[in-house]
Amino acid sequence: MTGPMLLTATTFLPLIGALLIVAVRVTAGANAASAASKIIAVLATLATLVVSLIALSQFDASKVGYQLVDYAPWFGGSSYKLGVDGLAISLVVLTTALMPLCILQSIKSIEDRLGEYMICFLVLETLMIGVFCALDLVLFYVLFEGGLIPMFLMIGIWGGKNRLYASFKFFLYTLLGSLLLLAALVYMSIVAGTTDVPTLQAGLHPETGALLFPPEVQTWLWLAFFASFAVKLPMWPVHTWLPDAHVEAPTAGSVVLAAVLLKMGGYGFLRFSLPMFPEASLLFQPLMFALSVIAIVYASLVAFRQTDIKKLVAYSSVAHMGFVTLGIFSFNEAGIQGAIFQMISHGVISGALFFCVGVIYDRMHTREISFYGGLVHRMPVYAALFMLFSMANVGLPGTSGFVGEILTMVGAFQANTWAAAGAALGVIFSAVYMLTLYRRTVFGEMTNEKLFDIKDVTALEFFILGLLAIFALGLGVFPSIVFDLTETSTTEVLRMIGQ
Amino acid sequence: MTFQEYAAIFIVLAPGIAAAISGLGQRFLGDKGAMTITTALVVGAAALSGYLFFSQAFGHAGVSQTIVLSRWFDVGTFIADWAIKLDSLSITMLFVVTSVSALVHIYSIGYMAEDPHRARFFAYLSLFTFAMLMLVTADNFIQLFFGWEGVGLASYLLIGFWYKKASANAAAIKAFVVNRVGDFGFALGIMAVVFMIQPAAGVDYAAYGITEFSSLKFDTVFSVIANNAPVQVVGTAVAVPIQEVTIDFLNFHVWGLEIAGILLFIGAMGKSAQFFLHTWLPDAMEGPTPVSALIHAATMVTAGVFLVCRSSPLYVETEVASNMITVVGATTCLFAATVGLAQNDIKRVVAYSTCSQLGYMFFAAGVGAYGAAMFHLFTHAFFKALLFLGAGSVIHGMHHEQDMRYMGGVRQPMMFTWAMMLVGTLALIGFGIPGTDIGFAGFFSKDAIIESAYASSDAFGPFAFWCSIAAALLTSFYSWRLMFMTFEGKYRPNPHAHHDDHGHHDDHGHDHAHAKPKDGRAPAHESPLIMIAPLAILAVGAVFAGVMFKPFFLTKYADDYWNGAIVREADPLYGPHGIHPYGEATTEGHAPAEAHAPAMSNAAASAAEEAHGAVAADEHAAPADGAHAEAHHELPAWVVWAPFIVTMTGLIGAVIFYLMAPSVPRRMAQNGGPMHSFLSHKWYFDEIYNFVFVKGTAALGDLFWKVGDKKIIDGLGPDGVTATAKAGAGGLSKLHTGYIFHYALVILLSAVVFAAFILVGQGR
Repeated sequence: MTGPMLLTATTFLPLIGALLIVAVRVTAGANAASAASKIIAVLATLATLVVSLIALSQFDASKVGYQLVDYAPWFGGSSYKLGVDGLAISLVVLTTALMPLCILQSIKSIEDRLGEYMICFLVLETLMIGVFCALDLVLFYVLFEGGLIPMFLMIGIWGGKNRLYASFKFFLYTLLGSLLLLAALVYMSIVAGTTDVPTLQAGLHPETGALLFPPEVQTWLWLAFFASFAVKLPMWPVHTWLPDAHVEAPTAGSVVLAAVLLKMGGYGFLRFSLPMFPEASLLFQPLMFALSVIAIVYASLVAFRQTDIKKLVAYSSVAHMGFVTLGIFSFNEAGIQGAIFQMISHGVISGALFFCVGVIYDRMHTREISFYGGLVHRMPVYAALFMLFSMANVGLPGTSGFVGEILTMVGAFQANTWAAAGAALGVIFSAVYMLTLYRRTVFGEMTNEKLFDIKDVTALEFFILGLLAIFALGLGVFPSIVFDLTETSTTEVLRMIGQ
Repeated sequence: MTFQEYAAIFIVLAPGIAAAISGLGQRFLGDKGAMTITTALVVGAAALSGYLFFSQAFGHAGVSQTIVLSRWFDVGTFIADWAIKLDSLSITMLFVVTSVSALVHIYSIGYMAEDPHRARFFAYLSLFTFAMLMLVTADNFIQLFFGWEGVGLASYLLIGFWYKKASANAAAIKAFVVNRVGDFGFALGIMAVVFMIQPAAGVDYAAYGITEFSSLKFDTVFSVIANNAPVQVVGTAVAVPIQEVTIDFLNFHVWGLEIAGILLFIGAMGKSAQFFLHTWLPDAMEGPTPVSALIHAATMVTAGVFLVCRSSPLYVETEVASNMITVVGATTCLFAATVGLAQNDIKRVVAYSTCSQLGYMFFAAGVGAYGAAMFHLFTHAFFKALLFLGAGSVIHGMHHEQDMRYMGGVRQPMMFTWAMMLVGTLALIGFGIPGTDIGFAGFFSKDAIIESAYASSDAFGPFAFWCSIAAALLTSFYSWRLMFMTFEGKYRPNPHAHHDDHGHHDDHGHDHAHAKPKDGRAPAHESPLIMIAPLAILAVGAVFAGVMFKPFFLTKYADDYWNGAIVREADPLYGPHGIHPYGEATTEGHAPAEAHAPAMSNAAASAAEEAHGAVAADEHAAPADGAHAEAHHELPAWVVWAPFIVTMTGLIGAVIFYLMAPSVPRRMAQNGGPMHSFLSHKWYFDEIYNFVFVKGTAALGDLFWKVGDKKIIDGLGPDGVTATAKAGAGGLSKLHTGYIFHYALVILLSAVVFAAFILVGQGR
């Protein structure tokens, strides 16, 4: 194998942690595994974070192309190939930074089968990081689909009452997408004789130099990829699995689902659909705009009527991911930079919101909005943090939420004013549902007796939410941290699509 | 860095730091500490702002510079800094915002003395001040938007400050959401600007004074517009002069600048509570009264006017957008005045009066009199803050009674407050002697606006003029009505005695079982010194702000003072081509300026005859030092006297109805004729909006959720599949137990199939 091995280390460190827990489980039994898993998981995720930061420091944002490439030949035209550009490394760091927080939260709130839970979580981290680093289509596919298994287990085992229905729904949708993606992949590898991502992005046959996929073929391949990414993102109308999955998943599961797993869809469009099928992408721009705007308006309105906090935040996620697809398919710098930023920002904000829900869920074991009310009287610190994240979710300038929204809309305006105007409606509706939620849960008189001795955030919760607050504000005030990293990737995507 | 730069940085950041310290550290600081820190820093900022403002005016400093703090956005031409733009426009606003804010901070120490959450309150006040200062010192549209939404957040938090109260929460959300409707326009306006202001290849923008081409910076945008520089709109191949750019917006093919102007103005309508988007402002009175004075009278609500004046280089080129501003502003000024007639809550009367005065400012800007708009913004800040704080003093003295029907006889116990309110009222109605420089602050600014509307040759100038005359009549009437109902006559105790249904935290522990009224005097007490001292300072402003600063805002030194911060070219009254010309005309012909050609030549001729004390003299316009009195020759006497006459008529009407025969209006209200209920229901806006938008949104949300998601998508999708599978495979349980393994199996099988394909592919 060749390469600096930094990405390989980042990817597989969590897996090593998982294997260690398995070893303890086998040798010393379940109880010992539960105890040991806490330390192992924390250390493994922290080590991963450190290594990913080293990788980031080695990454040169001004250079075009993939960096830190680890390569080993595999079978056929496929290979083990990891590498990152600005887009990928920023998503990797988002993942590795959130993971320790998720682990810390889980240690406190998961009571049942903690060892297995941590194994699940660490495997999931490996698969997620791998997805963003994979530079081979087969490797990507395996990791992309494999990532769902730990998520199923997490919902199915540690989930709520309706977990079977939720994971079944999740399964049906993703299965549909996977099969089509697989078919496209098989076709592509036969035609091109390789599954190397940079080669496929170049769009020319590695030996003959002929155009790999003529426009009419691109259309079909694009649709197959679209099926898979649209489900992941999720886009309207294949979004209904998300609220159910969120409601049933444990807190950390929801955080990962919203913050990282959804981003795989947006990442897929940017990494594969646009560069590999540029003509088809241009062709489908109106469709994508329509679906994005529908997602923004429709999901925001549905969110407004929810009675379950997690469902509300889940629908809000659907709306916010609409901005991602809107920006990507604007095919200009503002749009794509905005879309990438929106993915990072949504990772922080939606993650934080699900942590916020987790705080009160852990105390009261209900997510019914009507159960709460007047929390500010007992939980002033929680109220302040929740306010901050609500405002970030609403896209208040100065928070990271604003940067992504305004840039994607500016990008969309240049392509289609209807799309921009439709998306801007979401700016109104997001205020409606978020402030209504806040008023019903946090403001007002405290009338429910069960809430009377609810406690404010613990030191750990304060640490997690405070850290995310710093990210939400820091990225809002200094977004160049991300832009500098992703600028070259953006211009590369634009170059490949011929814009 | 110069002292000015340090001062500006301190002014803008100090309130932000104050907010952060008192917000995050309230546990350690306590209420006293938080109040001291916030008040001290804001007072410091006010002192420095005063220094900047007075040296800009009296010292003729002519500051016009930008201090860049840090880069915010750098994506293509989407370039924006965190910056402090210092010019007369922002310095004027700095002075208004920090001085009113400092006084409100001081006043609140008294007003909120008994509130358990004072630290939070002062943190919010300072946060608001910080956001407002960021707004006015922005050098680009995005930072302006930051401040814009930031003041919206602070307003939301302060309206809902008493968060136990359901009505306060509802009002807070309403304010935020209605503002967001405006921001929908504002955001699209920014997008339209970015869309159009794109560099064309081969054009030397440095020749237009543009060093770095940013689609957002005011310097770039306005320089491109003023010079009619060529731009290359996204998606087009040729460069076109900006004023000739047309774009397709939605299904309309329109002039680019017009649509940008209209969209930005929609944002201004939301923030400044103009007709259609005004409904949040009266409800915002749910917040503590000092908040109403600071945010909902003197500063935040004027942000829309500021935006239009800041964008004056854009609006002088856009006829349709400017006409829209004129019509909306004029309509608002009259509409709000009519509603103000029938309100009984003392704060709501003042709120509608604010709405109405903002309308004046807007139509002034609409007809091109940006100087008059800013001047009225300036004077209005003092007398309206005075009126609100005075009303707060009354409410405080009356143990949280806000309904004027249950007041009366308050003058004797609260002499000082009464005197201050009287000054505020005289300033609001614009009392002064036409043709002289004797009058209260509002006299100078309001009459300048009314005369500008008359002098304007715009299509809607006459409409604005008549609206403003009618509104002046009503303003006088409802203002005196407020004064008489509150202070005069006999005390009318509230039969429902609802002291506590406001649920305020700030009950100040006075004995509520006060004595029965004797001699018709209200059982009120004068407010403490810390509350009435700010009133006195504001009263000084309400008296003198007009006469002192008219030469800078409008007349003699206007060119020198504004120094290009606003466009004076199109001012129909005091502009270089106006009826009373002050200032130097630029050589290139602006369209609105040409429209004034006849008036200009007249004025220039007469002014040339009496030219003395030249500021700058050329053939287009001569400076007319002290020409005020003579210059009235060009405006018909009835126009000059009309505001005075209607104001007096309003006073007489109020004396008749509220001093001599108070039973008449009471009976009218009780009988509730259609006109009365139309006005007291504020033209039924809330009812209509509630039905159409609030209920409509909820119904649509339910439809999408219950029918769209559940019935259609899930019904045809997963649930339908499940049902089919159940029917076919003989049981859902089978699927349920094995689905994870099925999935793993699918992946495994696919891998096998895939490997087979690869091998086949290689075999070829």
